[in-house]
Amino acid sequence: MRPLDTVVCVKVVPKPEEVSVDPETRTLDRARARSELNPPDMNAIEMALALRERHGGTVSLLSMGPPFAAPYLQVGLAMGADSAYLLSDRAFAGADTLATSYTLAKGIEKIGGWDLILCGEESSDGATGQVPQGIAEWLGASQITFATSLAVRADGRLVGEREIRGGHEVIAVPLPAVVSVKLGVNEPRFMDMERRHSAAPVTVWGAGDLGVDPAWLGFEGSPTAVGAVWQARTRERRREFLEGTPQEKGRLLAERLRALLAL
Amino acid sequence: MIPPAYGPEVASGLWVYLEQEAGRLEGVALELLGRGRELAAQKGTALTGLLPGHQVQDAARVAIAHGADHVLVADHPLLAAYSTEAWTEIAARLILERKPETLLLGATPNGRDLAGRLAVRLRTGLTADCTGLAWEEGTGLLLGEVTGFGGGVMASIKCAHHRPQMATVRPGIFPLPPPDPRRAGTIEEVSVALSPEALKAEVLRRVRQEGVDITRARVIVAGGRGVKGDFTPLTELARLLGGEVGASRVACDLGWIGRDRQIGQTGFVTRPWLALVCGISGATQFTVGIKDAEQIVAINSDPDAPIFEDADLCVMDDLFPVLEALIAELQRGTP
Ligand SMILES: Cc1cc2nc3c(=O)[nH]c(=O)nc-3n(C[C@H](O)[C@H](O)[C@H](O)COP(=O)(O)OP(=O)(O)OC[C@H]3O[C@@H](n4cnc5c(N)ncnc54)[C@H](O)[C@@H]3O)c2cc1C
Ligand SMILES: Nc1ncnc2c1ncn2[C@@H]1O[C@H](COP(=O)(O)O)[C@@H](O)[C@H]1O
Repeated sequence: MRPLDTVVCVKVVPKPEEVSVDPETRTLDRARARSELNPPDMNAIEMALALRERHGGTVSLLSMGPPFAAPYLQVGLAMGADSAYLLSDRAFAGADTLATSYTLAKGIEKIGGWDLILCGEESSDGATGQVPQGIAEWLGASQITFATSLAVRADGRLVGEREIRGGHEVIAVPLPAVVSVKLGVNEPRFMDMERRHSAAPVTVWGAGDLGVDPAWLGFEGSPTAVGAVWQARTRERRREFLEGTPQEKGRLLAERLRALLAL
Repeated sequence: MIPPAYGPEVASGLWVYLEQEAGRLEGVALELLGRGRELAAQKGTALTGLLPGHQVQDAARVAIAHGADHVLVADHPLLAAYSTEAWTEIAARLILERKPETLLLGATPNGRDLAGRLAVRLRTGLTADCTGLAWEEGTGLLLGEVTGFGGGVMASIKCAHHRPQMATVRPGIFPLPPPDPRRAGTIEEVSVALSPEALKAEVLRRVRQEGVDITRARVIVAGGRGVKGDFTPLTELARLLGGEVGASRVACDLGWIGRDRQIGQTGFVTRPWLALVCGISGATQFTVGIKDAEQIVAINSDPDAPIFEDADLCVMDDLFPVLEALIAELQRGTP
């Protein structure tokens, strides 16, 4: 088996619980939200590093986002990735999944020489879970979505276990392939502080570096648009405590459930 | 703008992708036929089902009974199991040929696998994992309601110039329409040209437990580490209340119960009328899976368990004697 060159697509996202909707402007207020690497993308990095330990090769990180994403890529480098690329340009802003997957695919083509692309199953902000399939289509690669484990078979095919409704399946596809990794399938390793200081710098590319059609990027290149944004209704829970011995509580609960369910 | 394959001027009709497994339609496909029927009526347009598979004639008839006017059947031995390539190929060809205005798919793992790939092949927009669908007043555009940021923020998304306007819809959002076996509709067999080489993926193993779909349960009795491996009282309670047993990730990880019952961020997002949560601490990764429940009852022995913050009725006690008394009382019937 020859070495495996992997690109992991990682997104820097605001921590979901710190984002709110401004009731007056009805726009997202992310100003106070701290950022993090999208959690399943951490699992994708871990999977890529584990595959490199078995097969050799390289692990590159790729992200599209504002300049403040660079330090988060450095965390990935300190975990053990070999190189990191940040696609950053005002022209990329406001991209939906079509424009995002196009831009990332162009970035992957520029990195070149890849066998495998790993993504997280979905991003916690947009939560579409569509970008990995989109990248696969732009690149004409095979795909395994919602993967829980991966291995490269002796004949060079990629074997992945993936989730299906009500169960799972194991499929084999030819490389090159794009894989989306389920959240929580492994324990992402900690970063190595030594590496943190010695790691290669993050390479930043703008639209001009990618050889892309500017009309295909960002907000302008996106077929979908957000019509309205609002805060999800959070139910106020009553938090009423039942009192008594366990037996009394059980009987009280039975009464309440009968009333609730009209049994 | 990324040039569309076709635009609104030439597009018409509402299509629903009919996902099936071994000839049985997925619940969400039926739910989409129910909602699709309403949406098609509002537009005065036809509802078409797109049904790739092998030996799916019966499924086509079921689709008509549930609301389809027309079913496009793509039947081929190579379509016995889902594969990205074959499904994308067939769907893209039919869509480019017939130019539907809208295409709805269920947000199951395979539905999302297909939708994401197909949208890029068709160079169109895709609204993912919708929790609501409507036509926008005035424009008639499809408005997909989506949630983001861990469920805290909602938005409506539309696609103005590219067709079809695509959306995947979360299972369990729309009710199952009652079937009408006398409904009239047409079934059209479309030709399928597939060579085995065109299929890149080879399925080595497939495991599916048939049966429970906790996303549609009206009552859920959920257990976590606190049930200490014994789901018997919860199962009995669920039976008495006409509900299903659910579980935290820990309970599934420990092998006490099947993954098909796992609730939460890495499990299912449910929206029961009543959730009874027993011996579960209430981590947010769990509670996102029940936050839309109308009523939440929590039983936990720890006064500081965060689940009590998210419950309407709280029982701070050992769950076993409480459940025993509750079950005995319910078994006694109405006094
Ligand atoms: C990336 C990620 C994704 C995750 N996804 C999910 C998910 O989808 N779903 C999910 O559930 N979790 C998920 N988790 C795990 C989650 O964070 C919690 O660890 C998990 O929900 C805890 O399960 P639990 O409440 O059953 O166990 P514990 O946290 O151990 O709680 C057990 C509870 O039982 C109570 N108890 C014990 N004995 C009794 C008794 N006799 N009577 C009454 N009460 C008793 C205790 O007081 C305690 O509150 C995820 C975690 C991560 C990191
Ligand atoms: N801007 C981005 N930069 C890098 N990777 C991304 C970006 N957006 C999405 N991805 C990748 O695609 C996955 C799914 O994202 P999404 O389709 O947006 O839910 C993420 O987990 C990432 O791996």
